Amino acid sequence: MSVVQLHPAKLAIYRSRKRVNTVALTLALAAMAFGLFWLTWILVQTVVLGIGGMSLSLFSEMTPPPQAEIGGLANAIYGSVLIAFFATAIGTPVGIMAGIYLAEYGPDSWLGKVTSFINDILLSAPSIVIGLFIYTTIVARFKTFSGWAGVLALALIVIPVVIRQTQNMLALIPNALREAAYALGAPKWKVILSITLKAARSGVVTGVLLAVARIAGETAPLLFTALSNQFWTSNLSEPMATLPVTIFKFAMSPYENWQKLAWAGVFLITLGVLALNIVARVLFRNKA
Amino acid sequence: MTATLPATHPLQESPMDRVGSSNNPPPRRRQAPWADAVFAVLAHGAAWLTLALLAGIIGSLVVGAAPAIKEYGLEFLIRREWDPVQNRYGGLVMIYGTLMTSFIALLIAVPVSFGIALFLTELSPGWLKRPLGTAIELLAAIPSIVYGMWGLLVFGPILSTFVQQPLQKAFSGVPLLGTLVSGPPVGIGILSAGIILAIMVIPFIAAVMRDVFEVTPPMLKESAYALGSTTWEVVYRVVLPYTKTGVIGGIMLGLGRALGETMAVTFVIGNFNQLDSLSLFQAANSITSALANEFAEAGEGLHQASLIYLGLILFFITFVVLSMSKLLLARLQRNEGTRA
Repeated sequence: MSVVQLHPAKLAIYRSRKRVNTVALTLALAAMAFGLFWLTWILVQTVVLGIGGMSLSLFSEMTPPPQAEIGGLANAIYGSVLIAFFATAIGTPVGIMAGIYLAEYGPDSWLGKVTSFINDILLSAPSIVIGLFIYTTIVARFKTFSGWAGVLALALIVIPVVIRQTQNMLALIPNALREAAYALGAPKWKVILSITLKAARSGVVTGVLLAVARIAGETAPLLFTALSNQFWTSNLSEPMATLPVTIFKFAMSPYENWQKLAWAGVFLITLGVLALNIVARVLFRNKA
Repeated sequence: MTATLPATHPLQESPMDRVGSSNNPPPRRRQAPWADAVFAVLAHGAAWLTLALLAGIIGSLVVGAAPAIKEYGLEFLIRREWDPVQNRYGGLVMIYGTLMTSFIALLIAVPVSFGIALFLTELSPGWLKRPLGTAIELLAAIPSIVYGMWGLLVFGPILSTFVQQPLQKAFSGVPLLGTLVSGPPVGIGILSAGIILAIMVIPFIAAVMRDVFEVTPPMLKESAYALGSTTWEVVYRVVLPYTKTGVIGGIMLGLGRALGETMAVTFVIGNFNQLDSLSLFQAANSITSALANEFAEAGEGLHQASLIYLGLILFFITFVVLSMSKLLLARLQRNEGTRA
């Protein structure tokens, strides 16, 4: 530094600017640490309290009554998998088609703009309101809580996630690719299905995985749609147990065996959701 | 349908002449001429379905809430009694709980997210950016029920022992602060719900802030650095003004998330339908937790209708907040081209 003679007042200003900078950057570092701190704490706690509950009976026994000796979460796990599977199976095609519309048919039409806007809002809309919607339209009409109502509620959560991802991924495909296919005489549906959608495949799969991760832990929309069930059932027309709702019920209870099972369930869900997220990211990074 | 994309219009009916080709062109495969139309209809239908979904949600909530709307009108918003036994309802307690917890959440989450975004864009060494960013995003992926259970059984007791009780001792005589920290320091209530919400929305706000900070043209930043600015001055005087709308949009997104969060709040807010003091330690209720706890058991009639009315109010508030967020973020994107 060849700054020769600085006026003392200017030097003071310079020092104070430097001080402010140091403080601000330290605080930023602290904020980062703060965020990581919670992540670590929650994960460690979940593992510590949940891993003790891991056993074979967790996957083979039904949810027990309070204060029973043995018991597992088999019916809840099965219900969750079943409902998540059907919700994804219903939500994904609708989401992909709407995403295709937004990217390929009408990105500039009013329908495209409005749908895109609405979709962003649905993406963050409170999931419990989705549950209310399904309750008033399905459960109240058929006079019974049912697995199907839960499926529909979760499908409505899958749709916006898949739409958003499909739209974004298709928008990244260069137009030259489309034009090349059109120039060969391919009809539009063929161009979309075999060229653009194929090129965007890993992105779309990522979206679906993220959607599954999202609904795997969703509790609020299931509370008054699928409700819960103490027993094993494959009948989606009956109330059905799901992992998150069972955790909610068990965690809020004073019974020790229920709380222990709840921690085991939380451990399972967290593990599953984080694994899905990481797989989705890795997949996306490698292929995209 | 295809007219919307004139630049890429397929030449369906007349295959291009192959100029200069002496070989016979392969016979054109005519397969399923209807496929194009069907596919277009499906795509349009799916888009319409999304719109219909929104209309359906609003419509069904209004219909479901009709008895309560008829009974109380807008007065519902300021009635504080909630008494299923005598069948009298008002939403003030829950609305207050929802707004207050979200306010606390933002109070904590905004500065922290700003710090995280600042760290990720300006301070972090390149190789750390990605893993750290992912870690923060994973915080958003953890299901809310995990936060709830952790908050109730792990965080609540710790908050009670190490924060609430000392605070209460320190401020018990002070006028305003004393009121804020009165109430049972059991780790369940508005404050705990607010803190857990803060942890939950930090990743959303931080991710948006990081993304908008990154759109600031490097030239602007480099000019400021060349004039001798410190990193903080560059962020505070150049990056922040440039990305102001985006930052506010990110905060709004976080607010929308916080308002609608259900499970985490239900676990730790205490589900207490009274509003006696401004105490932050007091157990309270929020719209979402009232719905989660009471709805499945509520009898048909006014009780259920009032709960749906609450849901409608919640949807309306989040809709407005999220729309603002979206519009602000869109404005930043538009400006990107013109100002850079």
